[in-house]
Amino acid sequence: MARPAARGDSEPDPQARGEAVTSRGPADMNVLDLARWQFGIVTTYHFLFVPLTIGLSLLIALTQTVWYRTGTPKYLQMTKFWGKLFLINFAMGVVTGIVQEFQFGMNWSAYSRFVGDVFGAPLAIEAIVAFFLEATFLGLWIFGWDRLPKLIHLGCIWAVAIGTNLSAFFILAANSWMQHPVGFRFNPERGRAELTSLWAVLDNVTNRVAFLHVLTGAFISAAAFIIGIAAWHLRRRRHVEVMRESLRMGCVVALLFGVLVTVTGDIQAKIMTDQQPMKMAAAEAIYDTQGSASFSVFTIGSLDGREEVFSVRIPHLLSVLAEGNLNAEVEGINDVQRDAEARFGPGDYRPIIPVTYWGFRLMIGFGIVTTLLALVGLWLIRGGRLPESPWFYRIAVWTIPFPLIANSFGWLFTEMGRQPWVVYGLLFTRDGVSTSIGTGLAATSVFGLALLYLVLAVVEIRLLIRYARAGPEEPGDTGADAARQDERPLPFAY
Amino acid sequence: MTLAEFWFLLIGFLFTGYFFLEGFDFGVGMLLPVLAHDDIDRRTMINTIGPVWDLNETWLIVAGASLFAAFPDWYATLFSGFYLPLLLVLLALIVRGVAFEYRGKVDEDAWRRRWDLCIIVGSYVPALLWGVAFANIVRGVPIDAEGDFTGSLLTLLNPYGLLGGVAAVALFCVYGAIFVALKTLGRIRRDARRLAGWIGIAAVVLTGAFLLWTLLGHGDPISWALGVLTAMALVAGLVANAREREGWAFASTGASVIGLVATLFVALFPDVMPSTTDPAFSLTVQNASSTPYTLRMMSWIALIALPFVLAYQGWTYWVFRKRIGRHSIPTQVPHGADALGQ
Ligand code: HDD
Ligand code: HEM
Ligand code: HEM
Repeated sequence: MARPAARGDSEPDPQARGEAVTSRGPADMNVLDLARWQFGIVTTYHFLFVPLTIGLSLLIALTQTVWYRTGTPKYLQMTKFWGKLFLINFAMGVVTGIVQEFQFGMNWSAYSRFVGDVFGAPLAIEAIVAFFLEATFLGLWIFGWDRLPKLIHLGCIWAVAIGTNLSAFFILAANSWMQHPVGFRFNPERGRAELTSLWAVLDNVTNRVAFLHVLTGAFISAAAFIIGIAAWHLRRRRHVEVMRESLRMGCVVALLFGVLVTVTGDIQAKIMTDQQPMKMAAAEAIYDTQGSASFSVFTIGSLDGREEVFSVRIPHLLSVLAEGNLNAEVEGINDVQRDAEARFGPGDYRPIIPVTYWGFRLMIGFGIVTTLLALVGLWLIRGGRLPESPWFYRIAVWTIPFPLIANSFGWLFTEMGRQPWVVYGLLFTRDGVSTSIGTGLAATSVFGLALLYLVLAVVEIRLLIRYARAGPEEPGDTGADAARQDERPLPFAY
Repeated sequence: MTLAEFWFLLIGFLFTGYFFLEGFDFGVGMLLPVLAHDDIDRRTMINTIGPVWDLNETWLIVAGASLFAAFPDWYATLFSGFYLPLLLVLLALIVRGVAFEYRGKVDEDAWRRRWDLCIIVGSYVPALLWGVAFANIVRGVPIDAEGDFTGSLLTLLNPYGLLGGVAAVALFCVYGAIFVALKTLGRIRRDARRLAGWIGIAAVVLTGAFLLWTLLGHGDPISWALGVLTAMALVAGLVANAREREGWAFASTGASVIGLVATLFVALFPDVMPSTTDPAFSLTVQNASSTPYTLRMMSWIALIALPFVLAYQGWTYWVFRKRIGRHSIPTQVPHGADALGQ
């Protein structure tokens, strides 16, 4: 059984935790490291596809809706073109998602026993309510182009879009519970957390903001993808009609959600400071509590230490970020560490500071650059113009991965900033790992998956490039005669 | 019936649904090298399951997540204990899923051949390993007082487990062949029917032996009844197939898949993972389940959502009910598949 560090009413027993810390030999530490590497690798990988799926599904549903309403062919071309790229991406999202679900039991069985009663519920709801919807209606959408009445076919892509967004909500509810556990009670007999209010878990304030922040981040990712590919074609003056419209859509979406991601991120920072003070301190790498704290954009120096060689700072910004007040006090790592020891017993409660510090900055940085690009893009194409200079186009292509990088750093920051806890204040990561598996198995798993993922990444990127370059079909390319419906080949068939 | 028992039933239902659906699409993948003579044949076969394989596979995801939520201890012990088989299943399902989506995306023979191999291997491996896994769950495995599996891969590869694996492969093969016969036109349809007859003999023997072994070890009146019905359904399916009644053949073999999974779950009850180390360490429906509150909440959600799910999935199968043949496959290379870099 996991030895929990319970919080709140059932005060922790330092004795028990001392045992938990020392009870595992070096061999088990290896399993722990491997399991952590695996989680980091496969989840970050999964989350490269997820934001594109979330964002693209909705944008495709929108273009198809416009086509349905207006009948303008270019919207059909957009729907089919972005739809194909969406499908290439979706396949990877699905297959990597299954690994996510299985690995909790495989690598984190102690964790699963400890949290299953609470954490399993949103996961199961996600599967029943969202995954079925996505998978079924996506099949209908792909194969239904000529079989279904237009309106119903349009409904299918909307069902997919709704499904992906619902799935994000429920999985983030599960994740938010790990960040800020609510709606449960610790049962010392069974040594596990037990659900007392499903509603509290779903309506967790952490989840409310995380959902909006992740969703807005997903839309920027999809928009940057569209901007970059559209720019590639426009630079060559190919498919100008379709691509100009796509570029405009991409820029508007990226700009709008670029602003929103900042707003939601700011709200999240305040909640985080409140719930996990260590994370904010670690994000800034400030060691001692300060009033009217400045935000360092960039630092050269030792992050573990106090020596600072060079830094660019924005006065007061950190105080504003953390508390919404120019002169608010921001707690330092050393102080939070002291508080944590008093509350949870001796131990090291500090995450790896360079990771949190740089993760936080890179998330913001890559996101802001994308937003600026969208702003510039909108200016350049105002009134139906197309920029002459190749620079905008070139930069736009290179910006495609930026929001994905921002997303990855966001997760890295969130998850690693919570360490050493896997469920904040309740269960240490080291106590969550499977006890029954050996290093050999854990290593086989992480290397096997990593190798396969690497190969698939190469294949997937090459396919995306190929289809992105091929561009949309010109109207009239498809569509055999509508009279002989039964004899007609399946469009979009495998 | 307690809530935990209800969830045992529901988990059984979800896994039964999974094998009932994915069973035939595994079969289609396994028979790809046998029934298809050229690429158009292969595409015809793949397109019989094209619109539905993903939703079929989602039943596994739902079953897995429900297991996690309703029986965390079962989920934890099973998944960490059957580590290597599950890893192989995962790898197989990954390449298989990607293969369906990607094989037609580049117009090159070598490319397609590689993905076809992924589909074939990706269909055999899970079929075999699910058989091995479920047989071992019923048989019992070494589990210690902490609820942890203490065996190794070899523990799972016992004769009974292996028989379960081979029986699953044979059964899904027949089931897939009959599905192909039901969904296609022309030569593939005839060949599939004939092949189903031959593999059917193997399936009857293997599934029969596996059922008998299971029931002799763990049978009670209900599982005996189910087991007998399962065998009868399989034989009836083969008879219908021989008479070229494809719809009946499919329904009967489908019923035998349902029957087999149901037999296993009934034989398992009230344990969920019996321990061969000491029966006192067995995980049971009662001691491995979540709290009544969690189960009650989830019951509401499942009972409200599942009827909708069944309705729209049934509708999907209805939309794609038509047989397809070689003429259904577009001869034109899809736009993009031929675009070499430009
Ligand atoms: C894209 C990234 C990403 C996403 C979407 C998630 N996480 Fe996370 N998680 C990480 C990225 C990450 C990480 C940064 O990669 C960590 C931190 C350190 C590590 O090794 O993995 C991690 C750690 C981590 C661990 C243990 C390993 C460890 O802390 O070292 C667990 C069990 C989870 N997370 C669970 C979840 C759950 C249940 C999530 C969703 C519901 C989730 N994470 C979403
Ligand atoms: C670590 C926790 C996670 C688990 C266990 C998990 C599980 C899964 C599973 C099993 C699938 C396949 C479903 C299918 O067949 O459609 C999937 C896909 C998906 N997941 Fe995750 N996931 C995790 C993290 C996330 C997060 C944090 C998000 C969103 C914010 C997310 C969003 C999605 C979406 C939108 C899909 C649809 C397929 C695609 O991405 O292309 N997942 N996930
Ligand atoms: C000024 C801009 C931003 C601010 C102030 C900000 C703030 C934050 C904060 C405070 C967290 C941690 C939440 C927690 O652990 O409780 C976070 C997480 C995250 N951020 Fe940002 N962020 C910004 C921009 C972006 C951008 C542009 C993206 C992606 C395109 C992004 C993606 C993410 C993701 C995926 C997470 C992890 C999920 C979560 O906890 O919500 N962020 N962000």
